[in-house]
Amino acid sequence: MAAFKGTDFYQFENLLSDEERLIQKTVRDFVETEFLPLLRDSYRKGEFPAQIIPKLGELGLLGPNLSGYDCPGLNNLAYGLINQELERGDSGLRSFASVQGSLVMYPIYTFGSEEQKQKWLPKLAAGEAVGCFGLTEPDFGSNPSGMRTRAEKTDGGWLLNGAKMWITNGSMADICVIWARTNEGVRGFLVERGRAGFETKTMHGKLSLRASDTAELLFENCELPEENLLPKTDGVKSALKCLSQARYGIAWGAIGAAMACFEEATEYSKGRIQFDGKPISSHQLVQEKLAYMLTEITKAQALVFQLARLKDSGVVTASQISLAKRNNVNHAIEIARLARQVLGANGILDDYHSMRHACNLESVLTYEGTHDIHTLILGYEITGTPAFS
Amino acid sequence: MKIIVCLKQVPVKDSLLKIKDDETWVHEDDLSYEINESDHYALETALRLKEEHGGEVVILTMGADRVREAIKQGLAKGAERAIHINNESFTTIDSNINAKILAAAIKTEQPDLILTGLQTDDYGSAQTGVILAEYLGLPHAGIVMEIQKQEGSIKVKRELESGWFQSVELPMPALLTIQSGINQLRYATIKGIMMAKKKEIKQPTLSDLGLSESDVAPGSSSLKFQKIYVPKKTKQTQFFEGDPKDIASQLVDKLRNEAKVF
Ligand SMILES: Cc1cc2nc3c(=O)[nH]c(=O)nc-3n(C[C@H](O)[C@H](O)[C@H](O)COP(=O)(O)OP(=O)(O)OC[C@H]3O[C@@H](n4cnc5c(N)ncnc54)[C@H](O)[C@@H]3O)c2cc1C
Repeated sequence: MAAFKGTDFYQFENLLSDEERLIQKTVRDFVETEFLPLLRDSYRKGEFPAQIIPKLGELGLLGPNLSGYDCPGLNNLAYGLINQELERGDSGLRSFASVQGSLVMYPIYTFGSEEQKQKWLPKLAAGEAVGCFGLTEPDFGSNPSGMRTRAEKTDGGWLLNGAKMWITNGSMADICVIWARTNEGVRGFLVERGRAGFETKTMHGKLSLRASDTAELLFENCELPEENLLPKTDGVKSALKCLSQARYGIAWGAIGAAMACFEEATEYSKGRIQFDGKPISSHQLVQEKLAYMLTEITKAQALVFQLARLKDSGVVTASQISLAKRNNVNHAIEIARLARQVLGANGILDDYHSMRHACNLESVLTYEGTHDIHTLILGYEITGTPAFS
Repeated sequence: MKIIVCLKQVPVKDSLLKIKDDETWVHEDDLSYEINESDHYALETALRLKEEHGGEVVILTMGADRVREAIKQGLAKGAERAIHINNESFTTIDSNINAKILAAAIKTEQPDLILTGLQTDDYGSAQTGVILAEYLGLPHAGIVMEIQKQEGSIKVKRELESGWFQSVELPMPALLTIQSGINQLRYATIKGIMMAKKKEIKQPTLSDLGLSESDVAPGSSSLKFQKIYVPKKTKQTQFFEGDPKDIASQLVDKLRNEAKVF
């Protein structure tokens, strides 16, 4: 197959600076040459290809929109483009980077003490340490404020009890950002791997996001020193602030997956001959699918390019991010499913990408706020009446 | 050690090429460009030599505004600064003219080593490097695969035909044309890309280089493009029809009277 070129019907590339263009190109090449050759095997085995982690660090793709502590301080447009290119490879790769950057490094950066930042951020940026973010519990997904995990104040520290589930990077993580109920409301804690009373269990049997590590985290009288509290966390809203960062990246990432599927379907349709020696691309119903894909990719791009500007100027709202996450993931999964159809029976083989993207996007549709929860966030924004409480 | 690396931007490898009406070149408007493959290896080789022995790597390139992207990529990978001879009018096919311009720029720099790619992926003449060495009055070696720096000289391994290699020692300064695939290319890192923003890109004019328009105008070239075309299919396949006996006699007839094999 020819090298991935990206979809750019409305010449969004003209809006990029030299640096942004070069960053996009670099990540695109990196995904093509370093990541994709590893992917099929990892996906079949149901593992994240961990050998890619130091390379992600070396390139500067972990926490790239943070400044200082060995982070490059990119703007949010460049950060978005990175997510797009990573997810063009696989949602599992983008998930790894999103969790590390937006859900681990960002909370340490935003809510952590100076010592915590110095200790963890450079290592996480270099990919020398892996992080995870534990908010969801077996009984609390869409409604995290109901969480049962508790941290009790002790002399000089905290005692953590509870369980987290569906935690990306959970079994690989050297450091976990854990959200727990305390007498002062929900707070965030750092829990290092290997602490007594802390165990992880890899989750098996996933039919989606297979090239990603997903785990349960179990805390049983796990003692934490006071310095492991993220001192500036203050309620579930602190956790939601991290999610806004990650959701922003997902809105971009989904476009990458959609582009991969659109390109694959377009190329395939031109070469596949059915009925009277004609390529299937000449049939109207196939063209309709391709036209839908191009239209929705282009609209999704328009959303995130403006969203990036809003975020860079510091005025973006959580519900603006919700709209983009909801829209872009929803259309990306539709595009992936249609692309799979265009590929016919071949489309169900892992020689091709579209079905893998479609399966992955089932997770992306659910995590970081399900599609319907984002609908309700927008409903609340429009009407002023929350439908979820 | 001061190393100059000549980088050229060429159309991306699997580009869809459309020939111009006058059949002298392809339409360039809808092409994307990338650094010429063997130039990538020249740059990588230079960066490794610098990392081992100290010094600086200077990128030299000529061409329109678009080559800034190639320059930035080189700077992001670790070159110290760049010289960009920016002029649309002499994007020429003539290696002699290209070498003359590059030589004029190199003379202002006094490098210890000049590295070029072996050949470009567009015209593929493999001439610019060697002619450049002649203009500079420097020794050169072509199709270089390995370089060892010694006291005041370098030892290089050259690729010959059919799996043969040659080891040559050259005094410095010298010019080497570098073969593709000889080392693992690095990626520009995000930090490198951000740092490249502040690096110098000098844009000398022709007169800064002691050249005039007439030295480099396409008209001064001794080469002219006659025609560019997509290779025509020349082999023809003929299918015989009929029963086997019929086909056999038709075949014998062709072999005897047309191919004249018996
Ligand atoms: C692969 C994967 C990786 C993940 N990684 C992480 C991670 O790293 N860290 C982490 O903390 N979590 C992670 N999650 C968890 C994810 O965030 C949750 O799955 C998500 O929040 C949804 O929660 P739930 O699965 O419990 O679904 P539920 O909340 O039970 O929702 C089930 C369905 O009910 C709907 N629903 C729920 N409430 C309402 C309502 N009020 N009105 C209308 N509809 C409603 C939902 O939209 C959904 O369709 C991950 C999940 C997956 C699949």
